[in-house]
Amino acid sequence: MKSKKNWLRNDGIQALICSLICILIGVIIGYLVLLLINPSGAGEAILAILKNWMNASSSPLRLKNLGQTLVYMSPLLLCSLSVLFAYKVGLFNIGCSGQYTAGMTVALYAALAWHCNWIVCLILAVIAGAVVGAISGALKAYRNVSEVISGIMLNWILLYVANMVLANVKEPASTYTLKLAQNAPQAILPSLGIEKLFNNFQYATIAILIAIAMAFVVWVVLEKTKLGYELKATGLNKNAAKYAGMKENSNIILTMAISGALAGLAAACLYLTGITQWSTGSTSVPGMGFNGIAAAFLGGLNPIGTIISSYFIQHITLGGTAINLSVYPSQVADLMSAIIIYLCGFVAFFKLILNKWLDKKEAKKGEQ
Amino acid sequence: MTTILLLLQYTLIFASVLSLVALGGCYSEHSGVINIGLEGIMVMGALGGALVMRFFPQLTGMTMVFAAMLGAMIFGVIYSVLLAFSAVNLQADQTIVGTAMNMLGLALATVIVKAINMAENPNNVSSTMVYVNQKKNFIIRFGAFEFNWFMLIAVIILIIAFIVLYKTKFGLRLQACGEHPQAAASVGIDVYKMRWSGVLISGMLGGLGGLVYILAGVSEWKFENGVAGFGFLAMAVMIFGQYKPLRIGVSALLFGFFRALGSVYTGFDFLVALQLPSTVYNMLPYIVCLVILAFTSKNSHAPKADGIPYDKSSR
Repeated sequence: MKSKKNWLRNDGIQALICSLICILIGVIIGYLVLLLINPSGAGEAILAILKNWMNASSSPLRLKNLGQTLVYMSPLLLCSLSVLFAYKVGLFNIGCSGQYTAGMTVALYAALAWHCNWIVCLILAVIAGAVVGAISGALKAYRNVSEVISGIMLNWILLYVANMVLANVKEPASTYTLKLAQNAPQAILPSLGIEKLFNNFQYATIAILIAIAMAFVVWVVLEKTKLGYELKATGLNKNAAKYAGMKENSNIILTMAISGALAGLAAACLYLTGITQWSTGSTSVPGMGFNGIAAAFLGGLNPIGTIISSYFIQHITLGGTAINLSVYPSQVADLMSAIIIYLCGFVAFFKLILNKWLDKKEAKKGEQ
Repeated sequence: MTTILLLLQYTLIFASVLSLVALGGCYSEHSGVINIGLEGIMVMGALGGALVMRFFPQLTGMTMVFAAMLGAMIFGVIYSVLLAFSAVNLQADQTIVGTAMNMLGLALATVIVKAINMAENPNNVSSTMVYVNQKKNFIIRFGAFEFNWFMLIAVIILIIAFIVLYKTKFGLRLQACGEHPQAAASVGIDVYKMRWSGVLISGMLGGLGGLVYILAGVSEWKFENGVAGFGFLAMAVMIFGQYKPLRIGVSALLFGFFRALGSVYTGFDFLVALQLPSTVYNMLPYIVCLVILAFTSKNSHAPKADGIPYDKSSR
């Protein structure tokens, strides 16, 4: 007898179902928190978070807000690819934020102090991220230091390095770095007409295309190349990979360097659009890297899935700033993303239950 | 002289924070669960203590100290249930859950504090809590030296941890669950229960450490800032301390010293003469941590089954 495979058995479908469950529970809890703070406006607030740019009054404004969401999505997508790439090789790159900060520092300094053009800034940012990633990798490979702890330590070290270095190129009257548009127009990423799509939203640049293209590149490297195969094998079993003739230590360093390069690229893709400035008085590590972890797991650890999930996370994060801020804190959106990642830890458990349920159903069918 | 006293004071108080949290991590890891969420637990504990200080400002002296401690520990324990349930019962990925707990703790504490501030005064949208008067209950001044009760409490908890882990049936059983849970189960130890208690104790001590941290140097706290990686520094203290209480105490002093240097370096003429930017001193504890770990992690002393979910059905 030929048994037809249930469509629910498909890995991709299961991952999608799990992500949707995580999102649903996250949104419900976010709504409950809003209800607790102030019941009267809670429904309106949760809709504002979920609708984000669709909330705007006129269609040109909606396009502009959509453009803004996409501009912030590109670095998030690259950060989540960075986390994903390392995770596929068995490394948890929580140092993504630090590598991101390194890329940001170098990109802005090269643009403002050395007046480099955007290509040079972009490449330098990628190198900076890769170097910081490689430090974590080398510590893991040769000194057995957990990449989680070295990553966190490097996050804080680079935060202070960024503040120290960028203090040389800040506005005299504030803590913010100089505006790129006035001081280094050559370093702003070209738009290639993309801005026209978003009602001339000037910050919509090729960064969006770079990010989405990288998602496909990461997918190809991981799934279709020898390098990807070797790296994943090292992640599954370091000793077996060594036995098979792979260089396990340099594979770990290479993985972290690639992961860091993606994080550095992420920073360049945000700061070289000129949409935001870095405050040299910052006392906390940028959250982009941590949100990248959320997006990577919510996307089912699939590069193409992360395009959707990082859009979603950025969508609710910007939506969080659109709620009535005199009644509700904007961090409700962060709270929702945190709950979603927490639930992502249970994905294996959800799948187990789903498969058990399917087994039971099939067994029943067999009896009849 | 005053500067040296100040350095000593800051070293002791930061060492108290680090050793409390590191001991918390120590209980959890000895039971076999990696607790990456210590940072989030600290934030929640700090919140618990701060809420007690805010809503019961009439308490004085030791009553205040114990009430705030209780608030911090209860919040820490409740919050650590998130880790215990997922890591022990659902065999979830402990790294993801811990990371999520760090983000959640920060977001939750910020939302709660902001909601309280806004409810009181709609124009106050900050996430800051002020406890200038309440803080005085925790401190006794000896001339220039500010003695904080938590310095003593941290030492007591350190001694208790040593006795519990090495001299009691509970402690030895706890450690067995982290070394070889299947073997422990075969002689009738309930591994799930042991791991639950390990995680909950880590929540209690982590929460307490969070309270001590926000009382260390300042009399108000902006919850948006979290605890600046102290949960992870504490993990480094634990690893450097080879998961042993007394060594943890010593390494907490070392890390505390470098953290304290960042707060008081302006008082030392020879350090000021170096003309290093203040950010260098801010970085110092993290750099020292990396360097020390690089030299001491080669031979891991971690419990053997640390971080590996225990499944009753697989032996």
